[in-house]
Amino acid sequence: MSVALPKRRKAKIPILTRVPRWVVHVVIFVFCAVWFTPLLAMVATSLRTNPDTAAGGWWMIFVKPLVTLDNFTRASDLLELNTSLVSTLAIAVPSTILTVIISAFGAYALARMHFRGKAFVFILLVALLAIPPQLAITPLLQLFGHLGLGGSIATVWIWQVGFTVPFGIFLVRGYLFTLPEELIEAARIDGASEFRLFFQIVLPLITPILASLAILQFLWSWNDLLTPLVFMGVANHEAPITLQLASLFQTQSGLGQNSVAAGAFISVIVPLAVLIGLQRYFVAGITGGSLKG
Amino acid sequence: MPSLIALVVGAVALPAVTILIVAAAEWVISHLRPKAQRRVRPWVWLSLACIMIAVTLIYPIVVSLGLSLRGADGSAWAGFTNFIWAFGTEMRPILLNNLLWLIVFPVGVTAVAVLMAVLLNKVRYEKVARVILILPTAVSFTAAAVTWRQMYTYAPAGRTQLGVFNAVLQAFGIEPVAWLARPAGADQWMNNLSLIMVAVWASLGIALLIITAAVKAVPQELNEAARLDGASEWGVFLHVTLPTIWPSVLTVITTQIMFALKIFDIVYIMTNGNNGTDVVANKLYNEVFRNPTNLGHAAAIAVLLLVAAIPVLWLNLRNMRKEGLT
Repeated sequence: MSVALPKRRKAKIPILTRVPRWVVHVVIFVFCAVWFTPLLAMVATSLRTNPDTAAGGWWMIFVKPLVTLDNFTRASDLLELNTSLVSTLAIAVPSTILTVIISAFGAYALARMHFRGKAFVFILLVALLAIPPQLAITPLLQLFGHLGLGGSIATVWIWQVGFTVPFGIFLVRGYLFTLPEELIEAARIDGASEFRLFFQIVLPLITPILASLAILQFLWSWNDLLTPLVFMGVANHEAPITLQLASLFQTQSGLGQNSVAAGAFISVIVPLAVLIGLQRYFVAGITGGSLKG
Repeated sequence: MPSLIALVVGAVALPAVTILIVAAAEWVISHLRPKAQRRVRPWVWLSLACIMIAVTLIYPIVVSLGLSLRGADGSAWAGFTNFIWAFGTEMRPILLNNLLWLIVFPVGVTAVAVLMAVLLNKVRYEKVARVILILPTAVSFTAAAVTWRQMYTYAPAGRTQLGVFNAVLQAFGIEPVAWLARPAGADQWMNNLSLIMVAVWASLGIALLIITAAVKAVPQELNEAARLDGASEWGVFLHVTLPTIWPSVLTVITTQIMFALKIFDIVYIMTNGNNGTDVVANKLYNEVFRNPTNLGHAAAIAVLLLVAAIPVLWLNLRNMRKEGLT
């Protein structure tokens, strides 16, 4: 890209010629502080006792470090963690795996095969990226009801996979274009079947981008509230953690903030671990590999 | 435990089936003539994606269009009454709230992302700082709502403030603010801004990564040349950095606009639309699930969302054309 260099006749008032270094540091510090404080508040609150919380803000934990783990015991009861954790996994893991498989297959066809209607399919996919999911609530509720799937976890898979597949194909397709065509063509000439070709040669090459897609979908699926709320319902005994936490939060008045904060903390441990542990893939996937995590 | 069965079925059996379907179809078409093979093969590999998309996207669009012209229970013909309602007095403040979201949220996220990407590029601890800014990406809006509502806690002036913002204000002798709980009316924009702040906090991560990658791709020589020319720090940003990263900025803005259009979780959990903070998606949810349900109204809202998404969709396509992706 050509960039017009500033054609300034010696700037008249170069006020900001050099921003003092300390200003840069202060601005960064302020933003990092604002971004970290809510998480710190959550952890601090989840460790405090109810009387303490009623008496002063969470930051008082640094003045009067009285710490308890009771909130976590209570929160895991209230969230019915035994069942809700399994439900959350039963939603997020299949959604992630299915999204990755279906996107990989579709992207392979769009990037490496030539056929009529290809451009149309791709444009349709890009268009569908912009569809607000709320559009599908009523029609799919009715459809799932007719099919006898109402309230089941499978409905959440269908929705989450369907809404991420356009994005997934888009992401993987772009990555496939960066691979050298010769690699695949050579194997094709060797007479390998398309299926073997995909699994033996293409799949190992696109693993990084599939990992990024998997992380994104896992985070999104784990954290999703709308889909289970709509298709499974608040009273569902298989309700996932987000749903339990949302109901708990909306009726918290009698329970105290500490248990709710502990519940929130419990719900973010796994996604946080995934994000931090797999940061390299996450960052590389979003930035197309140009930024090291 | 049914969800345990679902986990096993969904994580092992279904993926195996999807792979087997493609494998079987491949085996079948391998018996065709090469020309026919080439014609059928792409659709075999795309079939699963096409089915999912047809069920979750195409079918609902068609049905919603039909429902939007029908009555509350989805049977009697209603003409355009639902759309007249959708622009009526009940919906107008809600549409205005969404408009506020549509403007403030993308601008907020993009501005913070650009500022932080540029500044972090100048310091040595950039990685640590970036991780801190990205952490909220892993936090669900539900959990975000829990901790932010506590941060926004309000008590009348002079009392012990339990919310961190009001504690700071009071420490400086400023009147505490009811961040989320101002009565609907002239002050309700404040409640909305408080909600938007939560969304900005939670959504910064991915925007920051995209823009950081773009900032790092700005050729160093350009910066140097501009500096030698006597350009100020601000001049370099305005004339060199910003034009170079502009495509990425556009990508981020369009993504955030789409997000603002369908914002639901934060509003549903934190205020449930009270105090003049209702948004279109929450209203849609209430039209479907709260008494009295009105499927016609819900569908009309859904169609409005669809129509509002069209400009973004067009922008998406145009961007892609430019980058030669289609």
